[in-house]
Amino acid sequence: MASLKSLRNRIASVKATRKITKAQQMVAASKFRRALDAAMAARPYAEKMGAVITSLAGGLKDNPGAPTLLRGTGKADRHLLIVATADRGLCGGFNTNIVRLARLKIEELTASGKKVAILCVGRKGRDQLKRQYGPLIVDTIEFTAIKRIGFVNAQTIGKRVLQMFDEGDFDVATIIYSRFKSIISQIPTAQQLIPAPIGQTSNKADGLVYEYEPDEIEILADLLPRNVSVQIFHALLENVAGEFGAKMTAMDGATRNAGEVIDKLTLVYNRTRQAQITKELIEIISGAEAL
Amino acid sequence: MTDKIAFDLVSPERLLLSEEAEMVTVPGTEGDMGVMAGHMPLISTLRQGVIDVKGGTNGDERFYVIGGFVEISPNKLTVLAEEAVPVAELDAAALDQRIKSAEEDLSLAKSDSERAKAQETLDYVRGLRSAL
Repeated sequence: MASLKSLRNRIASVKATRKITKAQQMVAASKFRRALDAAMAARPYAEKMGAVITSLAGGLKDNPGAPTLLRGTGKADRHLLIVATADRGLCGGFNTNIVRLARLKIEELTASGKKVAILCVGRKGRDQLKRQYGPLIVDTIEFTAIKRIGFVNAQTIGKRVLQMFDEGDFDVATIIYSRFKSIISQIPTAQQLIPAPIGQTSNKADGLVYEYEPDEIEILADLLPRNVSVQIFHALLENVAGEFGAKMTAMDGATRNAGEVIDKLTLVYNRTRQAQITKELIEIISGAEAL
Repeated sequence: MTDKIAFDLVSPERLLLSEEAEMVTVPGTEGDMGVMAGHMPLISTLRQGVIDVKGGTNGDERFYVIGGFVEISPNKLTVLAEEAVPVAELDAAALDQRIKSAEEDLSLAKSDSERAKAQETLDYVRGLRSAL
């Protein structure tokens, strides 16, 4: 049986751990609120952009003059996967889940004979992918130094991706990130960026027929590259919200676990102490009786 | 009193402004457009320039915008700008200072990519200055 001193030490150390996880949880909670607000605030732009592109692109899909960002290069041999994860750990299965999806995707693509390149956004994703797919990683972008992700950061990635596309480095680009559903549920999602996926042309409720200035193709050529950045920005924001949500849950669990461990250890400590006292008493009494 | 048009100014990061205005002048790629209530439905791209809001809820306002597009329907005007700065927040002296340092950066740039970057900054700051 452990000595009283070592038990006391363990209780003290678990208590310290609980304090840390508790603090982490509260930090995550306040950051989470901010991240959620940012994600909400960015929504109108992305939605409007999506709506306009959808309504424009619907009629132009098969037009040979349409930009390659919409039509694609006509091949699907080389894929670029943008794996967006967090820069920090301690957020439960958040990063692992994203990486798992990425891995699945990589295996699937390589199995069907396609070439894969990986662009890592976030340090954790790179760390986890490096060992297995090191040579496939073209670059890593980290945001450790940045407090709040702004649109500029997304633009940097967007420009990089577009440059690679223009140089003909890949045919299809997909971004893998975690869609934020709720604090306890983030869904790893793969979303195609290039060529731009066109949803069903929504029937406009207001039934307006728009004039275009300049014409549709030129507007599209202007909007599609922007849209890449917007989509990346959207993914990054969802990721940040998800990261802190996951961190809150993970740290909450850790705090509770630490509490349980403390209770258990305290029980053992008290029992041991009592047993020792009883033992000493027995020794004294039997000693007295022997006289 | 003329009818007012609902005007939204949206940047990728947030909704900057949502109000009613009598007239909004927008720098379209093919020329400035004064938009009032009852305008025909139109989608246009934007160039760098100044959005001029007349008779808004907060009086007259001016915004310097970079890139984006505008969607106009008879009772609503939505500007999606990649960047938008209220002209009132710009400071001529500070901008002149930035232009100077950008010009220095340009003259000191060694590689092509550095030069392109410096040129970009310079154009950006000059654009801001011209809005005043």
